[in-house]
Amino acid sequence: MDIREIMDNYGDKPGGLIEAYHAIQKELNYLPREAITEAARVFGVSEAQAYGVATFYSYLSVEKRGKYIIRMCESAPCHVAGADELLKALEDTLGIKVGQTTPDGKFTLELAECVGQCQETPVITINSVPYTDMSPDKIASVLAQCT
Amino acid sequence: MAQEYRIVLANAGKIDPASLDDYLNAGGYQSLEKARTMATKDLIDLVRNSKLRGRGGAGFNAGMKWGFVPQTAPVTYVVCNLDEGEPGTYKDRTIVEADPHLLLEGMAICAHAIRSKQGYIYCRGEYPYIVDHLNRAIEQAKQRGLLGDFDIEVRMGGGAYVCGEETALIESIEGHRGEPRFKPPFPGVAGLWGKPTVVNNVETFANLPAIIKNGPEWFANIGSPTYPGTKVFTLTGDVVNRRPFEVPTNTTIRELIFDLGGGIPNGKRFKAVQIGGTSGAFIPDHLLDTPLDFDSMRNAGVTLGTGAVFVMDETRDMVDVVTRIAKFFEHESCGKCNPCREGTFRSYELMKKIEAGQATPSDVQNLTTLSKVMTKACLCGLGQAAPTPILTTLEHFNDDYQRRLPAASS
Repeated sequence: MDIREIMDNYGDKPGGLIEAYHAIQKELNYLPREAITEAARVFGVSEAQAYGVATFYSYLSVEKRGKYIIRMCESAPCHVAGADELLKALEDTLGIKVGQTTPDGKFTLELAECVGQCQETPVITINSVPYTDMSPDKIASVLAQCT
Repeated sequence: MAQEYRIVLANAGKIDPASLDDYLNAGGYQSLEKARTMATKDLIDLVRNSKLRGRGGAGFNAGMKWGFVPQTAPVTYVVCNLDEGEPGTYKDRTIVEADPHLLLEGMAICAHAIRSKQGYIYCRGEYPYIVDHLNRAIEQAKQRGLLGDFDIEVRMGGGAYVCGEETALIESIEGHRGEPRFKPPFPGVAGLWGKPTVVNNVETFANLPAIIKNGPEWFANIGSPTYPGTKVFTLTGDVVNRRPFEVPTNTTIRELIFDLGGGIPNGKRFKAVQIGGTSGAFIPDHLLDTPLDFDSMRNAGVTLGTGAVFVMDETRDMVDVVTRIAKFFEHESCGKCNPCREGTFRSYELMKKIEAGQATPSDVQNLTTLSKVMTKACLCGLGQAAPTPILTTLEHFNDDYQRRLPAASS
């Protein structure tokens, strides 16, 4: 489904702009320029306003991202449970820094603030699926599930 | 020995959350039926008399909040705050995962009280699986006609902590940047799309069916008299049992951590607990006998907040943890008001300086002054509460700061 079609589906929903952005990201993992211009057209706001919404929320991205978005929680409960070491191990394994995407377009690594799974810290999510009680030695087996 | 008392988690683990029949067999939707036979004013009075207070952190009397909605308003909205973004909090997820229809029934009871035809559940972007879970439950309830002419739509947030603030949440449902509004007007008068709106937390709504069923006196007699009922707490950090506990509000912090929580693992000693999320106060050992109700906590100079219980053992350095928290607020400040945008930035800068061992006593003094200004000058709860971890650790764990000052090591 193309961007224009998705956006038109949400045009009648009051305040549906963010829902439309989520729907586009479900297909593409990011919001290309066309998503912003189409949002402005459909919801009757300026492109600046549509861009303002797209860049306010950390789950929305106007930069191209990989097929799998890994988010590492760095909030206090994960921090004391070893988030720094886990992040370093993730960066080493993937060969990228936070905010970057692997050259093959497979993984993007981001930081997150609390994902609500604080019963088993530290936590990462891959495309929003939580992996709890993480440790550097579990990274390889978790990443192997991403095919 | 403290014990759990389950109201909102009464069905948890006993019914299949995906089965509407299970919920109905457990007495589900009977309270809604009963509420619908009542005059709206009587229903609001009943909730007010139960003394149920908001479980999202602000502790405002729920019935009184509903009473702000003008009786003659032609269009009103019921909004559920499921944006639980306070690090360490997973209670709303727990409630909805275990018993989604309990929330829907609670919202429909509120809808009858304020004559609303449309409800929204604002679910945080971190929980897309909860969005699907709730949509299935709404579909089930609609097919059986249980919600009547009240419709509920789930909207997903985008990972912005500030959207837990009710007016920022409303802005986000309207499709805007989640920046808080100036108050007044309060949402009860002019909320979603300018119409009177009740915004309550998941746990607040989830208490309603039991209150309607058992009566306001029953509820008012559980736990602490001024903040009665139960509260769901979620344990995290250095504690043996890291899971949710629902307890009467006269349970003390010590009972929660040491009786139910099983104490500190690996034979270590307790150092601090932060209650209410990352904006909560750091609580030292000598305040552990404080009951977990809104007023007792406030009188002790700390906060009840959302119900997060983040325990730290003797090996934890408060400066390290609070520096991380300062970074959180610098990131999550929405930028609308200057005291918060600039204040969270400078707080983080000063905390990093302290952590690096490069701060002077005057830096600590400036941090204290800045923190006090922010509590007064920031527009919304985010900026007002952001300095709480700094101020309470400076008060109760000052040694951790002094140790980092260069003068102390020379």
